[in-house]
Amino acid sequence: MKIKEKKPAAGRSGRTLPALVIGGVLLLWQAVAMWIDAAYILPTPVQVLQRLWELREPLFLVHLPATMGITGLGLLISLALGAGLAVWMDASRTAERALYPLIVASQTIPTMAIAPLFVLWFGYSIWSKVLAAILITFFPVTITIHDGLRSAPREMEEYMRTGGAGKWEIFWKLKVPWAVPSFFSAVRMAIPICVIGAAIGEWLGAQSGLGYFSKRMMTQLDGAGVFAPIVLLSAAAMLVVWLVERLEKHLVTWWKEM
Amino acid sequence: MQEKNVEFQNITFQYPEDSQRMFENLSFSVARGEFVAVVGASGCGKSTLFRLINRLEEPEAGRILVEGRDVREQKGYSGFMPQKDLLMPWRTVGKNLMLPLELRKIPKEKREPMAREMLRQVGLEDCWEKAPRELSGGMRQRVSFARTLLSGSDLLLLDEPFSALDFLTRVSLQEWLAEQWESLGKTVIFVTHDVEEALYLATRILVLRGRPVRQVESIPVPLPVPRRRQMLEQPEIQELKERLIAGLQREEAAYYEN
Ligand SMILES: Nc1ncnc2c1ncn2[C@@H]1O[C@H](COP(=O)(O)OP(=O)(O)OP(=O)(O)O)[C@@H](O)[C@H]1O
Ligand SMILES: [Mg+2]
Repeated sequence: MKIKEKKPAAGRSGRTLPALVIGGVLLLWQAVAMWIDAAYILPTPVQVLQRLWELREPLFLVHLPATMGITGLGLLISLALGAGLAVWMDASRTAERALYPLIVASQTIPTMAIAPLFVLWFGYSIWSKVLAAILITFFPVTITIHDGLRSAPREMEEYMRTGGAGKWEIFWKLKVPWAVPSFFSAVRMAIPICVIGAAIGEWLGAQSGLGYFSKRMMTQLDGAGVFAPIVLLSAAAMLVVWLVERLEKHLVTWWKEM
Repeated sequence: MQEKNVEFQNITFQYPEDSQRMFENLSFSVARGEFVAVVGASGCGKSTLFRLINRLEEPEAGRILVEGRDVREQKGYSGFMPQKDLLMPWRTVGKNLMLPLELRKIPKEKREPMAREMLRQVGLEDCWEKAPRELSGGMRQRVSFARTLLSGSDLLLLDEPFSALDFLTRVSLQEWLAEQWESLGKTVIFVTHDVEEALYLATRILVLRGRPVRQVESIPVPLPVPRRRQMLEQPEIQELKERLIAGLQREEAAYYEN
């Protein structure tokens, strides 16, 4: 309740402060870039925007959809796989002991170093990129959902058991609803990570996509052209995160009361 | 009236993490329709009694009978009400009340009428669609009590149900519970820290003493039912109260010496 009362004020500064910071950074960037005066090293934000506008057709019609497709696919697979593993580890101590260390270890694999292998395996098809995206998204997704399932209050579980609930009922009626907010935070966290994974994959080998496009611009020493797709990529990721947040607010109204 | 509802037969129990037994060869019984208050120093094992009845813990030796049958042979024989209401925040009040009915596999079409009727009995018929967070602490405890009743069993185990409430709410809920008990004719075992609450509500008080607990002291409350609060002023009751409190203080002191 107390948190609720404070919220309006927090909301206002919650928006103005980041806006100020972003504005400040942009101004600084503009100043430094103008002082360096070499667009192939550091283009100004204005130059980046100009380039974004000039390249709008290939960027929006070809490369953005390509990257978003890979991201979406990677995200779906990571979520399905992560949720499945999380449920399994929650249900079985043995599975948890066997898999948890592996999942943690998978995180220490340097994606950049291993992704060329995926190109060897899958060629320039989207699967090499999807795999790179899954590789870095999968870990945080699994861990977050697993934590959510595991944190279901013991007392509630015991209460259900005294009422005669079996494992299955405890899972569906307690663990799943309890873990819904964790699932959403997993999604919110996974989106930008997955975008990065897709872009890395594209850097290493692709014929389309924003990562590929920015690499091509680099070979042409087009600084603004390198930045434009990156700006677009971040904007797209932020938009999707925002949409997921809206959906979450709509669906999960009870979480903050706990 | 003298028929036994709950019977502990030579129960010995120790938590695996504990160095000492909690109960040793403990036997006592509660008759059908009784309202028994269990008092004892903090940590003496009051909640553990309930955990044993509900089979959340298994005794090392001895048997627990409910309605004359071993608890290991039955399911759904008790309605448990914990100190925290443990209402599920993602369910409305109505849906929370239907949980025990779901667990009892009551046919779908019968659940809502049963739950609505129970909500009316506890005087909260307007709250069906509300979320638990919209209710006051006292209202939530009443919903929790209604949910306990919907477990359908004749044995109610209440673990300090009012201890988190403010004084006035507690007093009015005590009166309300006394009425409910008189009209429902169920067996109630009520754990409390509050000697006055025990004297006001119970027909008999069980005192747990020592570590391990080897026997319970049984003290009938010499007051007629229905109770009025003024009855507690009688010198005889005052004396009993002083005696109980002094006993608990000695226990508490011994506990801290260990
Ligand atoms: N899950 C557990 N594992 C190990 N020991 C436990 C566990 N639960 C309780 N205990 C032990 O039992 C004691 C508390 O038992 P219990 O909760 O039955 O007491 P209580 O009489 O209900 O206490 P309170 O009045 O504080 O609620 C503690 O001192 C602790 O040592
Ligand atoms: Mg207790």
